[in-house]
Amino acid sequence: MLRFLSIIALFLLSALPTRAEEIVAGLSQNRVSITATFVGSEILIFGAVKRESPPPKDSPLGVVVVVEGPSAPITVRKKDKRFGIWVNTDAMELAAAPSFYAIATSNTLDNTISKLDDFQHLISVERSIQISDNPFNIDDPREFTDALIRIREKSGLYKRLENSVKLAQDTLFETRIALPANLTEGDYRTRILLTRGGQVTSEYETIINVQKVGLERWIFNLAHEQPLIYGLLSLVIAIAAGWGASAAFRMILRN
Amino acid sequence: MQIYLPIAEVSVNAFLLLGLGGIVGILSGMFGVGGGFLMTPLLFFIGIPPAVAVATEANQIVASSFSGVLAHLKRKTVDLRMGCVLLVGGLIGAALGVQLFNALKAIGQVDLLVKLSYVVFLGIIGSLMFVESLRAIMKSRKGGGVPKRRKHTWVHNLPFKMKFRTSGLYISVIPPILVGVLVGILAAIMGVGGGFIMVPAMIYLLGMPTKVVVGTSLFQIIFVTAFTTLLHATTNFTVDMGLAVLLLIGGVIGAQIGAQIGVRLKAEQLRVLLAIMVLAVCGKLGLDLLIQPAELFELGAAGGH
Repeated sequence: MLRFLSIIALFLLSALPTRAEEIVAGLSQNRVSITATFVGSEILIFGAVKRESPPPKDSPLGVVVVVEGPSAPITVRKKDKRFGIWVNTDAMELAAAPSFYAIATSNTLDNTISKLDDFQHLISVERSIQISDNPFNIDDPREFTDALIRIREKSGLYKRLENSVKLAQDTLFETRIALPANLTEGDYRTRILLTRGGQVTSEYETIINVQKVGLERWIFNLAHEQPLIYGLLSLVIAIAAGWGASAAFRMILRN
Repeated sequence: MQIYLPIAEVSVNAFLLLGLGGIVGILSGMFGVGGGFLMTPLLFFIGIPPAVAVATEANQIVASSFSGVLAHLKRKTVDLRMGCVLLVGGLIGAALGVQLFNALKAIGQVDLLVKLSYVVFLGIIGSLMFVESLRAIMKSRKGGGVPKRRKHTWVHNLPFKMKFRTSGLYISVIPPILVGVLVGILAAIMGVGGGFIMVPAMIYLLGMPTKVVVGTSLFQIIFVTAFTTLLHATTNFTVDMGLAVLLLIGGVIGAQIGAQIGVRLKAEQLRVLLAIMVLAVCGKLGLDLLIQPAELFELGAAGGH
């Protein structure tokens, strides 16, 4: 037993010294409240590199910040020309794709993190998109995931913000990530990774909680928990508005 | 002013929605169409998810049709009896249409069928109406006296005759019920109130006077879309109250204005304008099918159609 413990202790000790640098980070806010007038939000992510020994001179320091929204299954459809008209021909179901994805790096992505570490730590958005069972009727699944990324990048939901993490004296860093107005509710996983020569040396993870509040919350809950009442209420509002406008116009026309 | 919609989960400009509601409301009041076939594509265009757009649109049509019907009721241009007969047919048709829709969905390609039926029906109805109303305008320009409207056709030889006093008709209830069923089926498949099919059907198949047609069509549309709204709210949770309120504020005001414009225009002019609008939408949808889209891929909710 003693021998077993000492082996573990030895193992831990030998592992520790490689963690020469550690990341300490904070967020300007851990909570984003969606109200009726929500127009998006900007999160400031900042921190410092904590180290006990002088920093290595040979390999450059890098910081990668990843903010990832809740994932949901999605269908990607492709149009093709059949009998002279453009119709949906192929469709691919993706098991999960993040609703929001932003990567900010202190240099270009390739210069900040190596391909291997990108793969291991699931950094690039491609790694977070899960194809369910490999679809047998699709020749080129890659085409569909590329299309998803292209469409979401265009609408500002997926972002690659290279050279946007500011590093000061190889110690302090900060970046700003804008969350768009069309946010989905849920927990936004936020990761901050420290790299040396492209290799991840330290990682910090936290959650940004995005939630509807006030009237938005009330409407959303009612719609899902009491759908019949919600539907009837929608109709009552519609009828009342229709009657109100009619009555108002009658008064205007009479005068 | 940007506003975040709780169900659609997007942020849009409130004034844009008010304006869209207003324009579609004006058309609705003028022509007796719900405006769904115009509003739904417009909502897609500003980034509202399709499922939410279709469901919320139904709710908004309830409001603008109700507002429009009140204006028409005051002028006694609603044939309530005819409206009820059409409604009976409409509800039967809607139930059949939903079955048909689900059957087609199982085969796949329901999207294409919806689009093609839009193009075909809008095209046929639009061109028929256009030609007919142009002819009527020419005739009235020449000053050829009162046009003979009531022709005696096979429609008048069917049993179960009923007196529709407001329309000045004494016809069998079978044709109105059949028209109702047909419109109901199409409405369920195409996801609209069906006014744009109902209005020409009433004019040309039933021989109702144009003035009465608009109010009667709106009357029937209220019930069909109210039913649709409840169905969407309880099964798909896709009715967005915030979006609906903004659209319907614009919509009800627009419907009142539209009804006023409608009284000042001649029946033939009204029909020619509706025909042009129907043809324009048809042309747009047809081109979408023919021209290669800039983005070949599109995203949709999983499992949806």
